[in-house]
Amino acid sequence: MSENEVRKLILDIIHDIAPDEDLSDVKSDVRLRDQLDLDSMDFLDIVMELRKRHQIEVPEEDYMELSTLDGCVAYLSPKFA
Amino acid sequence: MTKDRDIQIGEAGGILAPPAVTAPSVLRERRKTLVSPKRLEGLAPSYDLIVVGSGLAGLTAANRVARQGQRVLLLEQHYNFGGLATWFKRQNGHIFDISLHGFPVGMIKTCRKYWTKEIADSIVQLKSIRFDNPQFSLQTTFDREDFTRILVEHFGIQAEVVASFFDTLRGMNFYDDQRLTTRALFQRFFPGRTDVWRLLMEPIAYANGSTLDDPAITYGIVFSNFMSKGVYTFQGGTDQLIKAMKAELVHNGVDIRNYAQVEQILVEPEGEGPPRCVGVVANGVRIPAKAVVSNANIKNTVFKLVGAEHFSPEYAAEAEGVRMNSASTQVYLGIREGETLPFVGDLFFTSSAPEFDSEALCALECTSRTFSFYYPEIRPGSERYAVVASINSNYRDWADMSDEAYQHHKEKYAREAIDVLDGYVPGIAQKIDHVEVATPRTFEFFTQHAQATSFGTKFEGLKVSQELPKHVQGLFHAGSVGIIMSGWLGAANYGVIVANEVDRYLLGLTKPTAGAREESAHV
Ligand SMILES: Cc1cc2nc3c(=O)[nH]c(=O)nc-3n(C[C@H](O)[C@H](O)[C@H](O)COP(=O)(O)OP(=O)(O)OC[C@H]3O[C@@H](n4cnc5c(N)ncnc54)[C@H](O)[C@@H]3O)c2cc1C
Repeated sequence: MSENEVRKLILDIIHDIAPDEDLSDVKSDVRLRDQLDLDSMDFLDIVMELRKRHQIEVPEEDYMELSTLDGCVAYLSPKFA
Repeated sequence: MTKDRDIQIGEAGGILAPPAVTAPSVLRERRKTLVSPKRLEGLAPSYDLIVVGSGLAGLTAANRVARQGQRVLLLEQHYNFGGLATWFKRQNGHIFDISLHGFPVGMIKTCRKYWTKEIADSIVQLKSIRFDNPQFSLQTTFDREDFTRILVEHFGIQAEVVASFFDTLRGMNFYDDQRLTTRALFQRFFPGRTDVWRLLMEPIAYANGSTLDDPAITYGIVFSNFMSKGVYTFQGGTDQLIKAMKAELVHNGVDIRNYAQVEQILVEPEGEGPPRCVGVVANGVRIPAKAVVSNANIKNTVFKLVGAEHFSPEYAAEAEGVRMNSASTQVYLGIREGETLPFVGDLFFTSSAPEFDSEALCALECTSRTFSFYYPEIRPGSERYAVVASINSNYRDWADMSDEAYQHHKEKYAREAIDVLDGYVPGIAQKIDHVEVATPRTFEFFTQHAQATSFGTKFEGLKVSQELPKHVQGLFHAGSVGIIMSGWLGAANYGVIVANEVDRYLLGLTKPTAGAREESAHV
């Protein structure tokens, strides 16, 4: 899966979790919670959705890796390989 | 004076005639026939998850796990679902809410995400929260801006001090020093200002039973959630909320059963590792499951449902040491059909105690009560009004009473509540046609919680709750613990956090970790 596809799939999940957020202009290198109204419960939802949709498990100690879009892509891409 | 009026004080205890249809004495009889194996006919042969108890944590965990595609069964011993989020109906069209006094704004997002948009859209903000006590009398919208205004204008505190206090609270998290008490925190920012302490502490004491001597981090986390953006309620009443949640559970394929008393959580030895949970026994019926979430009180879960023998002595001792928060007494006042009340506020914290005092707040000699006013808008289409007085109580004071003393105190509580209320809303006593009192004994009957706790456990309960799966594989606890995980929002969010652990376990992905502490610190 290309990095762009991974990126899109993350944005799809965020869109479903936070339907009111405008995702057209999300910056890749800025912490997601600093540009969107996301809290720790939302990150839990992202983890659960990754598990449900893509059978990918993110252990608790790796939650930090998901803090930016770039981080998500770097961390998740190998898992889709 | 109301003393001369002929008001029959019923209960939720049924000592004075006429016993209400849902009084424990009546229910106890009814339960004997209803809590039966028949109740559990038609269940699946086994489940991925059984949830024991339908408080907001149990309900939300069940719904969340079901949405992940797992087969879930929810068992509730009471006839209503909702746990403490409950209500009761009485003759002449009265309906009373038990714990619908107010919750933080975060409940909107939680309902939107883990329940439905319709539920979230029914949440509305309360307009006016009032205080009256020997130190001050004021009204607020209960948000940071308004508190800042009040602290500066009314109490003469410097704006910078207020700002730095709020910022300190916001910055607090789970890993901060737990030895710092709320009292010490207040002393640091507002030395000697017991009036300010009262404004800041009294509502929280009613919201979660915490005291000045509990860890400041619990205060900081709860206050930042609660008192920063106002207080909210559910339009439609608790009955409509629970009805909508039940429908959503059924929609997501959850099997739900009331009058289902879980007697045992089944545990089997597992080689070298900790034992494994394999199901429950409810109404005498064995129901297998891969995982169980207990929404029963944490101590009941460990000692009554599982049994101390299945745990290490260290964990059992830790669980034994968990302290409960205070219990509650409530006086329900129903306004006669056709009568109206002026708007006098939504929540009204009243006290005759000279200063805020955590012990006096719960003392049997009652000096402080919170009145919740229910106007017709709370149940659109209804024309009815009700007032509920909530009082924090010590379980032991009530549990150990003789029947005569119990009856006496119930009547005294009702009379005093009406008298105090009449001082604020002159003439209201004449409009009341239904009076009823619930005590810690009543709450114990309905929830089976240790010491009838209204708000779960003290801080140490959170660790015991979160570590349960390390001691019995596949067994989880979700319910009011640790002060920060209580109230409607705390319980619901804890249900979600635990659902994540359950989901991971069911998919065989669990490896021993430190637990869900990190997330819980920020909800
Ligand atoms: C008087 C009062 C007023 C309150 N006011 C507010 C308020 O205004 N706002 C707010 O946010 N919070 C309020 N609270 C607190 C709030 O109601 C609770 O924190 C929250 O509802 C607790 O949810 P829970 O999931 O922990 O479980 P609970 O609501 O305690 O439910 C546990 C459920 O488990 C069931 N159960 C237990 N054992 C078994 C068994 N063995 N088998 C089957 N079922 C079992 C019980 O019957 C119960 O239904 C109030 C509480 C009280 C008592």
